[in-house]
Amino acid sequence: MSRLLAWLDDRTGLVTWTRHALEHPVPPRTGWWYVFGSATLIAFLLQVVTGIALATAYVPASGQAYESLRFISEQALMGRFLRGMHYFGASAMMLLIGIHVARTYLMAAYKYPRELNWLSGAVLLLLTIALAFTGQLLRWDQTAVWSVIVAAAQAGKVPVIGTDLARFVLAGDTVGGATLSRFFAFHVFFIPALVFLLIGLHLLLVLRHGISERPRLGQPVEEATYRARYDAMLRSEGVPFWPDAAWRDAVFGAAVVAVIAILAVIVGPPELGRPPDPSILQAYPRPDWYFLWYFAVLALTPTSLETFIIVVAPLVFGAILLLVPLSNTGERSVRRRPWAPLLVIAIVTVIVSFWIAGAQAKWSPDFAATPLPAEVVHDTSAAVVEGARLFHSKGCEFCHQIAGHGGERGPDLSNVASRLTSQGIALQITNGGPNMPAYARSLTPDEVQALVAFLSTRK
Amino acid sequence: MDAAGSDASPDPAPPAPPSTPTNGAEMLPRRRFFSRLSTAVSAAAAVIVGVPFIGFLVAPLVRRVPREWRAVGPVDRFAVGETVSVTFQDASPLPWSGVTARTAAWLRRTEDGGFTAFSVNCTHLGCPVQWIADARLFLCPCHGGVYNADGTVAAGPPPRPLGEYPVRVRSGRVEILTSPIPFA
Repeated sequence: MSRLLAWLDDRTGLVTWTRHALEHPVPPRTGWWYVFGSATLIAFLLQVVTGIALATAYVPASGQAYESLRFISEQALMGRFLRGMHYFGASAMMLLIGIHVARTYLMAAYKYPRELNWLSGAVLLLLTIALAFTGQLLRWDQTAVWSVIVAAAQAGKVPVIGTDLARFVLAGDTVGGATLSRFFAFHVFFIPALVFLLIGLHLLLVLRHGISERPRLGQPVEEATYRARYDAMLRSEGVPFWPDAAWRDAVFGAAVVAVIAILAVIVGPPELGRPPDPSILQAYPRPDWYFLWYFAVLALTPTSLETFIIVVAPLVFGAILLLVPLSNTGERSVRRRPWAPLLVIAIVTVIVSFWIAGAQAKWSPDFAATPLPAEVVHDTSAAVVEGARLFHSKGCEFCHQIAGHGGERGPDLSNVASRLTSQGIALQITNGGPNMPAYARSLTPDEVQALVAFLSTRK
Repeated sequence: MDAAGSDASPDPAPPAPPSTPTNGAEMLPRRRFFSRLSTAVSAAAAVIVGVPFIGFLVAPLVRRVPREWRAVGPVDRFAVGETVSVTFQDASPLPWSGVTARTAAWLRRTEDGGFTAFSVNCTHLGCPVQWIADARLFLCPCHGGVYNADGTVAAGPPPRPLGEYPVRVRSGRVEILTSPIPFA
């Protein structure tokens, strides 16, 4: 065995190289904060393996993908489990790369000489987002089709080249036979190839510059002294990466895989929605959880800021990400960089707030609203009963709640009569507002009167 | 299988370089020529591969799909004043398009007997609007856009009225002209 290894090493040099890579000294006491990069890599490798398995049965054709997904989910051996692993693997990869970026930023590990570690990681972050988006579309059901159209509509907002970009996304004038194959090629070949290349570069840079040590207060990074100090620290206190530091990566990585597997078994993959038929108009497209916050951003953005948010904001975000390592010297400790935790907290708070808003989606009409039950209407006079019926049939209830029934787009009208007079209610109904249609044209005076009679009982 | 190092004899000395001091000066232009030649032929090869690659990817931008009139039903199937959804095939569906080649429109028979075919795509971000007949409104399920029966914006984020398809009546049948999804 050892002779075989020696021969292999003579012909390839790989054994020596691997030993150097594994045993290279790393700073002591790095701790559990350093496991998120390797865990992201493990999640990516899990995606590669489960993705290859799924690709052996998936048919990347607009007309057949849905049926092949049903086959994978319902009939193929372990198909449901593999889809679940691939879904929760994607979720894990998004979450872990987010934490890894935040950790690197908080510890200022991007400073000299590791600026390109950060930049290669920043590109990997963008590619991971691209993988998540294209992957969600390969679950080629009704939601996927409408997500493609929403993506194309956003591309369409770009000045000058918008229409061309939208056509590029759809691969044509409308969703059709060419649309899915294109996303499949990007999700399965193009983006993963770039990810492999950049992970290679990222790891090469980690080996070249070494793992960054824990920041120490009062020990700023200077180009003239950093490398000598780091090397001296490694000589005096460095420990071999394998196994002194690697055991944490192994334990955490294995835990990530285990959690993904457990979720895949217990929760399972996301249900397939209706078939990808763009002529079925009863559709309620919602993105997967990792984009749900952006769905809320698009709903809550004032129209005047829309193009800015859709077109400029992502560019600004990308630019900031690339500009971070410009400040490549100085203190690394968060105590001398108080804005760093504030920024991370601000970004997380904003995303979580929009995320909650997106999950509730109060701006969406409640298409499932049912007529108000008699005990809610309470009053039995003819005009009030008629008004309550109209409240549902004319669509008021899609957006307004009464006693917990109805949508949440507009104000809750359970007590509307205590803040508006009958005249005020009638005016609001006929004239509407920025977020409410003016009903003057679609209601007869009698209908308005009945509605006012009903709403006036809501005190 | 020999293990490394079993051949103890040292490597023979490398052969003397072909150049001699006398022609060293002439070698430089030769090397420059070779390096330029190699770069140029590699670039040419990359262009040979790259042009079809990029061309194929952007082909949908230059390929103009013909527009077709599609019959959606006899005129008398549509009641005056009503708005209903109609389904028709895209202009030139690929054989593997399946159900994705289908498109819908909201067809309204107006009071003067004419027809208006609204695009189902919300002008905000393209989601499918739903016609609520009793309320005489189109509602968007994504971000809460609302349109009146005539397609004008009633409330919410949409920046423009609903798009319209060209529509005509031929031999008693209503026909809709297939069109790109109206973006921007």
